[in-house]
Amino acid sequence: MSSLAKNFTNGIVRSNPTFILLLGLCPTLAVSTSLDNAIGMTGAVLFVLLAANVIVSLIRRWIPNRVRIPTFIVIIATLVTIVDLGLQGFAWSLSQSLGMYIPLIVVNCIILGRAEAFANRNNVRNSVADAIGMSIGFGVAILLISLVRQLLGTGTLDVFNVRLFSVPGLIDNPASILLLPMGAFFVIGLLLALFRWVGVSECE
Amino acid sequence: MSELVAIFFSMALVNNMVLVKFLGLCPFFGVSKKLSSAVSMGVAVMLVMLVASAVTWPLFHLLLVPSGVEFMRTVIFILVIASLVQIIEMAIKRTNLTLYNALGIYLPLITTNCAVLGITFINIDSEYTFIQSLAAALGAGVGFSLVLIIMSGIRERLDLADTPKVFRGAPIAFIIAGLLGLAFLAFGGMVG
Repeated sequence: MSSLAKNFTNGIVRSNPTFILLLGLCPTLAVSTSLDNAIGMTGAVLFVLLAANVIVSLIRRWIPNRVRIPTFIVIIATLVTIVDLGLQGFAWSLSQSLGMYIPLIVVNCIILGRAEAFANRNNVRNSVADAIGMSIGFGVAILLISLVRQLLGTGTLDVFNVRLFSVPGLIDNPASILLLPMGAFFVIGLLLALFRWVGVSECE
Repeated sequence: MSELVAIFFSMALVNNMVLVKFLGLCPFFGVSKKLSSAVSMGVAVMLVMLVASAVTWPLFHLLLVPSGVEFMRTVIFILVIASLVQIIEMAIKRTNLTLYNALGIYLPLITTNCAVLGITFINIDSEYTFIQSLAAALGAGVGFSLVLIIMSGIRERLDLADTPKVFRGAPIAFIIAGLLGLAFLAFGGMVG
């Protein structure tokens, strides 16, 4: 496998940021109450991670080693502000339901972690592959969690006000505990155990 | 005064940082394996939250709002918190070496702790006054330390328990956090 493809798939399975590395859990658990939120958050993370990786990779030769972390943080914080203002301007309701978890992307360990561990040492092409792979890995995880929570918690599957289907029986008596904050902990705990049980990831 | 008490308990118990707002999950799962380190981490987070709130509130209301650049708050706040953590670390190193040895390694981790940045945003978004935001920061810090200490106590016991193999480590920790959240739900009616 070429290094480009390897960097791309690395983030999706082998170093999945959510399920394997357990990084960036705050937004994953907080906004995973509906698929809409999950899609919005994935888009925001994709933009910030991709742009941060490209910028860091482009200017990595000129960043003095001692101030690299503050430099990364300023780059990321600027990108996050762009996303925050962009969502407020073009997707008001999404920006309201994601709330402060958009500005909090700035302290998401996935993004600072990739800037430091990958983009700072690799060329632009590989950094782009890494950012897209990591974002897909993050997206798959948050979509999976929100799919379980929305489906069992409301009994229906709505994406941006379009009802895909509803589960008869469950729609009248949904397991609404899954929509409460603790539901997120139960779902991710059971999913992690499931992945180990089927052998996708290893036991401790 | 009663309002301040209400804010304090609401942040500490009802709207708990970790269990309800999902902020500060990295240290919550990373540093909750031993009771002693959980106590140190809790104290360090509480300290940084208080100082960060005390500095960012005047910065926002006296500098950013009059200049009309409220949108700069993400960039400014994270830089201020990062520098504050550095200054606190240096100050503790100079004044109290025992305390530094206990807290030292946890302080740098706090820079990227979303609970600290989160509480400064909550203070602004809830339109708290300066005193109210200090009460909120103290409440958030106490609430964070409380669940961190409870969690580490449970996990120390859990090491001796016969957990199913696939649940060992992270999965069971998440399930316990969920159960803890369920227990904290009972505080819901306490503050209106």
